[in-house]
Amino acid sequence: MSAAAEPPNDIAAHPKGLAFRRFKDSSFIVWGLIATLIGLGTLVALVAELVNDGGHRVSLDFFLTFPSSDPAEAGILSAWVGSLLVIVTTAAFAIPIGVLAGIYLEEYAPKTPVTSAIEIAVNNLAGVPSIIFGLLAVGLFVQVLNLGQSILTAGITLSLLILPVVIVATREAVRSVPQDIRHAALAIGATKWQATQHHVLPYALPGVVTGIIIGISRAIGETAPLILIGGLTFVAFLPVTLPGDAKFTIIGAVDEYGAPVTPDASERIVIGNDGVVVMPDFSEMPVEAGQVLDLPHGATVQTVADWGDAVASWSPGHWLGSEFTVMPIQMFNWTSRPQAEFLEIAAAAGLVLLAITLLLNGSAIWLRYRLRRSIKW
Amino acid sequence: MERDFTKKRARPFERAIEVLLFAAAAFAVAIIAGIIIAVVSESVKFFAQVSVIEFVTSTVWTPTFDNPQYGIAPLLTGTFMSTLVALAVAVPLGLLVAVYLSEFASSRVRETIKPTLELLAGVPTVVYGYFALLFVTPLLQDALAPFGIDLPGFNLLSAGMVMGLMIIPYIASLSEDAMRAVPGAMRDGSFAMGATRLETALRVVVPAALSGIIGAVILGMSRAVGETMIVMIAGGQQPTMVASPTQQGATVTAFIAQIALGDIPFGTLEYSSIFAAGLALLMLTLMFNFIAFALQRRFREAY
Repeated sequence: MSAAAEPPNDIAAHPKGLAFRRFKDSSFIVWGLIATLIGLGTLVALVAELVNDGGHRVSLDFFLTFPSSDPAEAGILSAWVGSLLVIVTTAAFAIPIGVLAGIYLEEYAPKTPVTSAIEIAVNNLAGVPSIIFGLLAVGLFVQVLNLGQSILTAGITLSLLILPVVIVATREAVRSVPQDIRHAALAIGATKWQATQHHVLPYALPGVVTGIIIGISRAIGETAPLILIGGLTFVAFLPVTLPGDAKFTIIGAVDEYGAPVTPDASERIVIGNDGVVVMPDFSEMPVEAGQVLDLPHGATVQTVADWGDAVASWSPGHWLGSEFTVMPIQMFNWTSRPQAEFLEIAAAAGLVLLAITLLLNGSAIWLRYRLRRSIKW
Repeated sequence: MERDFTKKRARPFERAIEVLLFAAAAFAVAIIAGIIIAVVSESVKFFAQVSVIEFVTSTVWTPTFDNPQYGIAPLLTGTFMSTLVALAVAVPLGLLVAVYLSEFASSRVRETIKPTLELLAGVPTVVYGYFALLFVTPLLQDALAPFGIDLPGFNLLSAGMVMGLMIIPYIASLSEDAMRAVPGAMRDGSFAMGATRLETALRVVVPAALSGIIGAVILGMSRAVGETMIVMIAGGQQPTMVASPTQQGATVTAFIAQIALGDIPFGTLEYSSIFAAGLALLMLTLMFNFIAFALQRRFREAY
């Protein structure tokens, strides 16, 4: 009897009543927002922590000085130049191979076991931990192919790492181009490649570029495989020359101890700039620009690099074989030092690194967004 | 001259392009093969000197000692513990975000939040390592002190938690894709029966998308297992059997990187040992990828 007397509102408030179910429904939005905010809050906390710890160390000098045992003097010059050269090498390998592979899988690949093998390989490659690529680099590139612990090895290794990113992005971009475009091109007599090159690729380009940017950004932040290759933690030289730098030219081939391979041979040399020649017996003699000398093998000409030397030093052949450090390794090195001053510059380096990667990722997202808005098929 | 249009014209340039494209694609297979050959060939040298039984059963990993012992178990416990912590953070948060974005948020909100969260996945891991060591660990030390837990400066808890934050976007984004692939008619049916959005999400959409969601979680797990820098910087580098996340510990990845930090002792057993550890890691992650891939394929074919 008493149950019948209860007001209908209480029925709604019952755990299975509509009001409570509605309440649960809308309160889930709060939980969803909290979870989202934890994610976004992490990003904010990360930036705040780095700015707080190292923001005051980011200055022009920080970019223009070499690392040093004195944290107050240390900078990231060799690190960012190293990162730049490694990334250029990475891009040179990953972009053509990745884009071509993506086009093949989407436009050309027949449905054969070979194609599925390739697809399985690409999918698995994306899931291989980055440090395993480091093992490949040490075991194959350094040990077997003798490429050394060089910029070339680092660039190739990172390009393998980001290859799946570029391939997958290319495939998606190419796939999103409607079939009509291809059919129209083929119908007026274009060959398959002409249709692909002139009609599919231009539309797919923004999507491809988005994938490339994300891949490059990942390569910039990657540390583990480069530790295995032996990215040096202390590099106080640049793989390239600036005008005004000291320039050393050793005459003839020398062995690993600096001794000439053929001590009796000599070469006729035209001196480019004023400087000093150090003979194999360590006696020095000043020389002037334009002088022509017969120098024995093992002698060293020390002059000042001019603009010509600087420009020439930027050719890949000059720096590909050079040892290097990169931004993340430099930051890792400073993070593992006990002194608080090193942690400050680690944070400063981290801030620079974070700014670069967030900027790249942000522009990729922006590009994808614009792409979605601008093209309406 | 009459041209024979029934014959296909030979187009050497087209043919050359096709060969070039194929070569680029086949390169992916070559890389996988290269990885397997490099890792296995050096591991074979390792297992020629260390028995597989010792590798699997011993609980001591001291390859740099005078009397070295090679039991992978301490490294695996380190990896599992940090991965477990990461999943404890990333799975609930990632799934909450996924359900919210897929079933509740307007498309405008979704298009803003999803890419912003994806920025989390783009942060360099060395920066996360710094964050774990110098921000999260002190925070946790203060938070756990009242409970009588003395958290060491290096511990798998903070490394794992930061790793979890890092993989939120993977899990959220892939799960959301799986949920959005569930046909609208199924939702409409549920709504028509009087279910709320939450009830529809939890009892209709999530079960229907379950294989895709599990696939997403496994892919996130695979990321966590293969992550190196965060655990190396914040987790400590001593290989010990790990029983609690508040301990320090080395993971498989951290060990490999740590050996490589010094001058790599080419040709020694120590050098081979990083490849043996790498082989264990590779098999683990390839297995995860395979399962995730199979599950995602299943959910794609379901409707």
